[in-house]
Amino acid sequence: MTEALKAADVVEVIETGGAEGAGGAAEGSERAEGVAFPQDRTCPYHPPQAYQPLRDARPLARVTLYDGRSVWAVTGHAAARALLADQRLSSDRDTDGFPMPNARIAAIKNRRVALLGVDDPKHNTQRRMLIPSFSVKRIAALRPRIQETVDRLIDAMEERGSSAELVEAFALPVPSMVICALLGVPYADHDFFEEQSRRLLRGPAAADVEAARDELDAYFLSLIDDKLKNPGDGLLDDLVAQQLAAGTVDREELVALATILLVAGHETTANMISLGTYTLLQHPDQLAALRADDSLMPDAVEELLRFLSIADGILRVAKEDIEVEGGDTIKAGDGVVLSTSLTNRDADVYDAPDALEWHRGTRHHLAFGFGIHQCLGQNLARAEMEIALRTLFRRLPGLALAVPAEEIPFKPGDTLQGMLELPVIW
Amino acid sequence: MAPETARETNVRVHIDRDRCMGAGMCALTAPGVFTQDDDGLSEVLPGRADGNGDPLVREAVRACPVQAISLDEA
Repeated sequence: MTEALKAADVVEVIETGGAEGAGGAAEGSERAEGVAFPQDRTCPYHPPQAYQPLRDARPLARVTLYDGRSVWAVTGHAAARALLADQRLSSDRDTDGFPMPNARIAAIKNRRVALLGVDDPKHNTQRRMLIPSFSVKRIAALRPRIQETVDRLIDAMEERGSSAELVEAFALPVPSMVICALLGVPYADHDFFEEQSRRLLRGPAAADVEAARDELDAYFLSLIDDKLKNPGDGLLDDLVAQQLAAGTVDREELVALATILLVAGHETTANMISLGTYTLLQHPDQLAALRADDSLMPDAVEELLRFLSIADGILRVAKEDIEVEGGDTIKAGDGVVLSTSLTNRDADVYDAPDALEWHRGTRHHLAFGFGIHQCLGQNLARAEMEIALRTLFRRLPGLALAVPAEEIPFKPGDTLQGMLELPVIW
Repeated sequence: MAPETARETNVRVHIDRDRCMGAGMCALTAPGVFTQDDDGLSEVLPGRADGNGDPLVREAVRACPVQAISLDEA
């Protein structure tokens, strides 16, 4: 997730989901510039076909949200960079006019969201408590532990036979175990918090989202109490011992921070591992190139981040009028949604943007966002993806889909993108 | 693609640590010039404030999500 750890601000993106039952919302208000957003992908690694008019209209287009509201969609790369760095756009849902991506999120509009849901200076205070734990050096030091986790999970898969459902056996537990260790959350509780994360992000009902927030709040309040009595060596232990004790944060804020770190810390990378594996298996030439030359791996991770853009739809509201270069003026109070899947395929920046290409030396993609909310956990996410994908394909050289690709279910458009299941054999 | 710029010679690299929010993009992009301190904030490696002739320094400037790095032409 995001700012938080792993991807810390990643998370930012996490709750940005989309419209319920994508597609249906815009019916009846169909205008040339009123494409419904978000919509389900037709191929799990490409943006929806129906977004083509938005790509053609870059840098700015109009889209229609689930509730019929018309907002700006930012689809050009340069405009998205400028706007994500522009603090005249607010991330605070309490700001008048903040757009809601779906009914589930609207139902918890007034619940506190740390990091990605606050503007500076509050955001800066929260983020600075966390960044020492996510620096390039600190994450590099975690690599042996990530490798060990990955190896143990593949050992277990091999012991059970020569087939698996890869989301449950590998893609989810890798980041889940790692973020638990980093935060000081007992992995023994993973069935509980993975289920609550799933409800938080995908409902299906608005009541699920509210209930999941309540469950996680209660869980973390109790965990904080435990840590006051029996301190451990995780990031949450440090926050309890230092920031809570000093009054820099209160318990409610610490709970909100813990929630975003834990949810963003495992959901995002799990999706990248499952969808990344699926994408590699569907691109045998690129997979062969990667197997033949391990030095391509860091570039491959960046290119997969660009290509897959799993957190597609960063939400903001304008606090003042903003003139966009080469476009229109975003007026104070206007809603804005930044589509990472489209800005990351801007043909002005990336040649043949719909091709998966290791040798393009992918840089400056917006998969982790940009500006003050850029994913806190991005360097952890990179390390996890690199180690997980490299080790998986090295240790299971015969890895293949167990059923035809078109039969494998993936996530709807109104949440983080990724595979619902990934049945594989080796 | 990384632009093949000429070796930088007359620049001074400066980091605005009030703006920095610890994304680490500079340390990732140009590890020969940038690192992060114990607070997670970016800093220039000792003796590398001249950019060390590294063309990736300009990439790091562009990669910084909060425009905290500036190059002063000496």
